[in-house]
Amino acid sequence: MVMFTLRRFLQLIPVFFGATLLVYFLVFATPGDPIAALSGGKPMAPAVEAALRAQYNLDQPFWVQYGLYLKNLVTLNLGQTFSGQAVSDVIGRAYPVTARLAVMALAFEAIFGVFFGVIAGLRKGKLFDSTVLVASLVVIAVPVFVLGFVLQLVVGVQLGWAKPTVSGAAPLNELVLPALVLGLVSLAYVIRLTRASVSENMSADYVRTATAKGLSRRRVVVVHILRNSLIPVVTFLGADLGSLMGGAIVTEGIFNVPGIGNLLYKAIQNGETPTVVAVVGILVIVFVVANLVVDLLYAWLDPRIRYV
Amino acid sequence: MRFSRTSKALGVAAVLAMSLTACGGTSGGGNSAGGGNTSKAITANSTEPQNGLLPANTNEVGGGRVMDLLFSGLVSYDAKGKIVNELAQSIETKDSQNYTIKIKSGETFSDGSPITAKNFVDAWNFGAAAKNTQLNSYFFESIKGYDKVSAEKSTLDTMEGLKVVDDTTFTVELAAPESDFPLRLGYTAFYPLPESAYKDTKAFGENPVGDGPYKLAADGWKHNVSVTLVPNEKYKGPRKAKNGGVTFKLYNSPDAAYTDVQSDNLDVLDQVPPSGLQNFKTDFKDRFVNQPYAGNATMTIPSYLPEFKGEAGMMRRQAISMSINRQQIIDKIFYGNKKPAVDFTSPVLDGYDANLPGSDVLKFNAAKAKELWAAADKISPWPAGKVFTITSNIDGAGNKEYITAMANQIATTLGIKAQLNPIATFKQMRDLVNKKALTGASRAGWQADYPSLYNFLGPLYGTGAGSNDGDYSSAAFDAKLKEGLSAKSVEEGNKIFNQSQEILLKDLPVVPLWYQAVQGVWSNNVNTVQFGWNGVPLYYEITAK
Repeated sequence: MVMFTLRRFLQLIPVFFGATLLVYFLVFATPGDPIAALSGGKPMAPAVEAALRAQYNLDQPFWVQYGLYLKNLVTLNLGQTFSGQAVSDVIGRAYPVTARLAVMALAFEAIFGVFFGVIAGLRKGKLFDSTVLVASLVVIAVPVFVLGFVLQLVVGVQLGWAKPTVSGAAPLNELVLPALVLGLVSLAYVIRLTRASVSENMSADYVRTATAKGLSRRRVVVVHILRNSLIPVVTFLGADLGSLMGGAIVTEGIFNVPGIGNLLYKAIQNGETPTVVAVVGILVIVFVVANLVVDLLYAWLDPRIRYV
Repeated sequence: MRFSRTSKALGVAAVLAMSLTACGGTSGGGNSAGGGNTSKAITANSTEPQNGLLPANTNEVGGGRVMDLLFSGLVSYDAKGKIVNELAQSIETKDSQNYTIKIKSGETFSDGSPITAKNFVDAWNFGAAAKNTQLNSYFFESIKGYDKVSAEKSTLDTMEGLKVVDDTTFTVELAAPESDFPLRLGYTAFYPLPESAYKDTKAFGENPVGDGPYKLAADGWKHNVSVTLVPNEKYKGPRKAKNGGVTFKLYNSPDAAYTDVQSDNLDVLDQVPPSGLQNFKTDFKDRFVNQPYAGNATMTIPSYLPEFKGEAGMMRRQAISMSINRQQIIDKIFYGNKKPAVDFTSPVLDGYDANLPGSDVLKFNAAKAKELWAAADKISPWPAGKVFTITSNIDGAGNKEYITAMANQIATTLGIKAQLNPIATFKQMRDLVNKKALTGASRAGWQADYPSLYNFLGPLYGTGAGSNDGDYSSAAFDAKLKEGLSAKSVEEGNKIFNQSQEILLKDLPVVPLWYQAVQGVWSNNVNTVQFGWNGVPLYYEITAK
């Protein structure tokens, strides 16, 4: 298992470089001139414009720009934003907020998703099951920004139960509402996955055996059915953690969360290559690690799976 | 599945801060009620300042409104855009070219260091020199010697036009007479800097020491989150703070800020988002303003387009202008919250004239438009099947809707094909405009830097001027501009500038559409908020309840 983990980490290297190269090229290739945008349509002294272009290496061909970026990367210098701040500082401020939001959303969808999913699966075809199925279908069908705006208006403005936006420090109580919105769609998927998996395992041979052995229903459900039903759910949650960590551009926008999604969106708009590449680079690492954790969890959930 | 949802949502929930260079406003909508709590701080919306807080490097709203509270220059502008002396004792000139500026003695920066004539001269030299790469450097272009310090690879640091006479006096020599030079001196670029600024300008930009009504609180600028200002006790000027401080909450979209004011979670919002335009007057009953500010929206028809050259081109531009029903678009798309333009400037400015001869060309007149178009076709026919396009970035909310409507009006009236040419982002749009690569008309507009008619004319339509995106060139217009600039007084200058507008009304280098208006709202926690000539609230006047 150590070897397996090590090998996966080694795979990270080409994936990381490939991804940064690709993203760097994509930002490079987006039409438009970031320096022209910087002056906001007002004139700029030619000397100032030339100096700024040189400062951000925008006067160099693509390979030179990328090479210089890699050179800085080796010394852990992620470059500068157009406002002259170190990209590492900017990300350092935004990432904890996004991470908190992501973990809250994930906890919400995992706990409630599995809970409702198991009950629905055990009572397949009953009223509870049908209600959950329809409700989750509705949630999946409604775009996330509609959920966000509606909840913000109802809970934040009309009822006044929560602040409609998140303040600078992003304390946990203010993140509840955005985390709810963020987790809601995935919650529906988790419910449906768990339900399908549980109801399928209900008729499996080993469940019949366990019941025939005289085990309590509680033990059959929790130890035998649930554990075996969780594999697809864990896969889904792992992938979801990756995308949640990538920042939820829409949700962060609606609730004004100073997280990575907002940062990335602004950076893409401004053509701020170093920021975009750095954020994506971190995301690649997060994805790979999240997937690795999922793979390791398989072995724990299903002892038949072994890694060498 | 997830991605498609995200990308769709972007169109709706997205940011529009990008394309807004400056937000402006005008005449006070009400008096700030007296007797408010002067020790309580207030909150207001803003965006993350794009650059470090240095006067000559701040060229957008997010940084601008912070700078205007942190610093005071020689003069400042009152709610109506009139200049009021701040640090200036007197600004004198006999020929509009050589100015003698005396400053008040005994004034200090918030750290206690005295403000002398040298602080102004050094700051302006720093702002102008190419090696310091300040975005506002072109603001100093009228000062003698600017051409040398601003040349590429120049290592000079001082302009010969600036001379310190004594601690409270300095002289400015301009390269040519400019009667409206004193009007500019309240703009951000002209603020003084303390000696301590130059040691490490980057660190200074993060934590500036100014001389304005407010100073930055300890650790006041939390990037992407907030900027907190507290009153500066050393400030003695006319803009004394009437509250216990201003905290700017930084928003990425005005929608989030709007919901915050609705729930009293934010005190002042100076930009109602498009989604709120229909209902803000009922949502906020007696807590809103809707007033014009020094900005306008236009459509540029570049003179380098072959169909718009010469006599035929002039008639075509007039025909297009007369085929646009401005009031209808304002009513249907902006819910009546703007006023149709009748000139090239803004009604909040001194010298504005709503009845310029020839301004009929800006009124909807389908019959006359058809007639002119047909006459132009006789001189040089409109290419068969040619589509008249209007290029615009569509990342700023509301652009797409009004331009599509405008294109439809033009098409219906003139019987040609007309449509929006959508461009994804602002930077891409600027790139096309700067490279003169447009194949049709384009969305344009202007936000004043300082309250002056000239600011709406010279930089935009003077031959070779910095923001003359349509390459307009008219010897008659240039001559009028020059005449206006060398006038002995601002009033006299304004008269001549209005005459220059008559030339523009015939040539129509751009088609004026409407004057911009600021829609601002405030919470139950503050008394009436006044908005200034540039659409920015007078933060220092706001009192908490």
